[in-house]
Amino acid sequence: MNEDIRLMKGNEAIAHAAVRYGVDGYFGYPITPQSEVLETLEALMPWETTGMVVLQAESEISSINMVYGGAATGKAVMTSSSSPGVSLMQEGISYLAASELPALIVNVMRGGPGLGTIHPSQSDYFQATKGGGHGDYHLIVLAPSSVQEMADFVGLGFDLAFKYRTPAMILADGVVGQMMEKVVLPEQRQRRTAEEIRTQCPWALTGKTADRKRNVVTSLELDSAIMEKNNERFQRTYKEIEANEVRYQGYHLDDAEYLIVAFGSMARICLKAVEEARKAGVKIGLLRPITLWPFPYEAICKASENAKGILVAELNAGQMIEDVRLAVHDNVPVEHFGRMGGIVPNPAEVLGAFTDKFGVKFNDQTN
Amino acid sequence: MELNQIINPANRVYARPALLDDNTMHYCPGCSHGVVHKIIAEIIEEMGLQENTIGVAPVGCAVFAYNYIDVDWVEAAHGRAPALASAIQRLNPEKLVFTYQGDGDLAAIGTAETIHAANRGENIAIIFINNAIYGMTGGQMAPTTLEGQKTATTPYGRRVDLNGYPLNISNLLAQLDGTHYVTRQAVHTAATVRKAKSAIKKAFQNALAGKGTSVVEVVGTCSSGWKMTPDASNKWMEQHMFEKYPLGDLKDAGEIIPKSK
Amino acid sequence: MKEEIIIAGFGGQGVLSMGKILAYAALMNDMEVTWMPSYGPEQRGGTANVTVIISDEEISSPIVDTYDTAVILNQQSLDKFESHIKPGGTLIYDPYGIHRSPARTDINIVKVNAMDASIELGNAKGYNMILLGALLKLKPVVSLDDVLRGLKKALPERHHHLIPANEQAILKGMSLL
Repeated sequence: MNEDIRLMKGNEAIAHAAVRYGVDGYFGYPITPQSEVLETLEALMPWETTGMVVLQAESEISSINMVYGGAATGKAVMTSSSSPGVSLMQEGISYLAASELPALIVNVMRGGPGLGTIHPSQSDYFQATKGGGHGDYHLIVLAPSSVQEMADFVGLGFDLAFKYRTPAMILADGVVGQMMEKVVLPEQRQRRTAEEIRTQCPWALTGKTADRKRNVVTSLELDSAIMEKNNERFQRTYKEIEANEVRYQGYHLDDAEYLIVAFGSMARICLKAVEEARKAGVKIGLLRPITLWPFPYEAICKASENAKGILVAELNAGQMIEDVRLAVHDNVPVEHFGRMGGIVPNPAEVLGAFTDKFGVKFNDQTN
Repeated sequence: MELNQIINPANRVYARPALLDDNTMHYCPGCSHGVVHKIIAEIIEEMGLQENTIGVAPVGCAVFAYNYIDVDWVEAAHGRAPALASAIQRLNPEKLVFTYQGDGDLAAIGTAETIHAANRGENIAIIFINNAIYGMTGGQMAPTTLEGQKTATTPYGRRVDLNGYPLNISNLLAQLDGTHYVTRQAVHTAATVRKAKSAIKKAFQNALAGKGTSVVEVVGTCSSGWKMTPDASNKWMEQHMFEKYPLGDLKDAGEIIPKSK
Repeated sequence: MKEEIIIAGFGGQGVLSMGKILAYAALMNDMEVTWMPSYGPEQRGGTANVTVIISDEEISSPIVDTYDTAVILNQQSLDKFESHIKPGGTLIYDPYGIHRSPARTDINIVKVNAMDASIELGNAKGYNMILLGALLKLKPVVSLDDVLRGLKKALPERHHHLIPANEQAILKGMSLL
């Protein structure tokens, strides 16, 4: 057996991957179902090895503002929380976007609204992909569907955040957070040196030296003409991200008569439904958006060219379905299947939805 | 004597601190912020810390502090400066990290961040300007507004039955094990400016020496918000503010000063 | 090969850790595995369950509706999961605390007196390992050797001295069938 293969929860994988990536700081506050991220980091004591700072803050508001402060100095910093905590962070996330700071935010979603439930949900899709906080901004949103992706997206999230100087979010849910699977952790990397930060992040607060003007990280600009220019710059960055960073995975798309679009843990459940449907002679394909923003509009449009119908399956009342409808321009019937409040459906229910919505019959229905 | 004989570098007894930009400040006449900015610029220059300092600006009148003092700055969300400073200092332990906050920022919306940063004993300096009013938004009640004091949101004077009591947060902060030095100063006379300067310098030295959190409250005036001339503001401050917020050290070297209650 | 297993009972009976050890054993055997727990307050006294899927191919859904094998440790879990066992599947249950016996006729029902056996062993904490032993005897999806290596990997080194007692409990469980 490969000794590098471990068995761990998605939340634990995030923590291990953060240390391996060479993250400089993690700031967080306990909330179910993601507390294992902070717990694992405290147990790993990375300050003794890589020098990574780990701090339990007094609130999610403080956590995200610690991230804001740390990011302003060019450090790779992150936080994690679950839905109610991420709501508290929205102001800080808006500041991060407006100040063009790279950072990583992990949301292991639970059911809402309000205090809701601790059980899995995907009901923060709108919040994550359409803004969340105030102002015109976007986050790069990555949706992991396995423990391996929980680990991998830490590095990917930081790489994209630093490339575009914008915060990135891992939008997970209670299933991928709490589930254990095999994972191969990335190689241990060194944290960036002060000199590397100085050269790679000339905007960072590294101390004003004679060779440059002072650096000021701020989102404030009272001159509307300049503020509009700032906004135009943000939008140019978003266009560039939309052009370059769309990620998705397709399963059995080539001959698909029907299409499922699902992300995160729901995509895993749907993949099993697809396998069962094919055993029963119905050709269903699955398209799993990996980046929820930028969204794979073109890929979905193309995959649905010969489809009789699309089922959008989500752990919510129907959020991503709006983007899928935008993708296919009413050319294909698009229906929604969702469970709410922390209920996670099984593959049989997904197939049941096909029968309900599209009248598809599965002979020899085994699941 | 010719004018150019008088205006001659050899005769110079006072100069703008090198780190204080030659900008027109946005502060009102009589405001205390300008004096405190000057003190900070002087101290950073004297201590040779320009390359080693990160300032955290608040929301409030001092939101543009970064336009005046020539060090690297980050502008925090309202009340969150101590959270930013905690992370900045921990991630950059060799740096002098200070926050500059007003009464609303520090003692109302940011109370949790202030108390928890101080309670963790973060190695930072907190400069706290207490002028008992919200200046930037047009003179509304602050947590430190005195009983009976008229503001835009207490037009008939602050009533404790409606608005609660003026919050003496520095005394509260002095009680926390994480604070090393808590002092209350003013900047309305030459003598108080000198004392305030040595207090801020001490706070910066403490932060660099890793002694925990230092808090320098500066009781200041807000002529615009108080609707008084600068001169009358100073007198009103001496008569009313110093009674509730007496000047002097509240805690030094980790020990609470007995007379400070 | 693919085995979809549910283990269900009260919090504190070692349901989650039994699943974990099974999952680690599968890991040692280079198989694919998912371990999906119920989580939250139910861990502290209410019902708890864990789905463990072991396969030699990539596993799609960690959540399934029907199971090849169910290990059932209380009445609520029996009521909930008996009907979700695949025809021809296996139900292992401890009669202790169960007042209505399983009624299906199209599955293999195996009664394991694990509570009695753990008292006999003088090892109350070995309860779940006795059941694991019974499970492995019926469904050798992993070997005893895999389990022991899995235990070594799953337990922190300071608890490695407990491995022989666990092995004894597993063997006891195997001997019951």
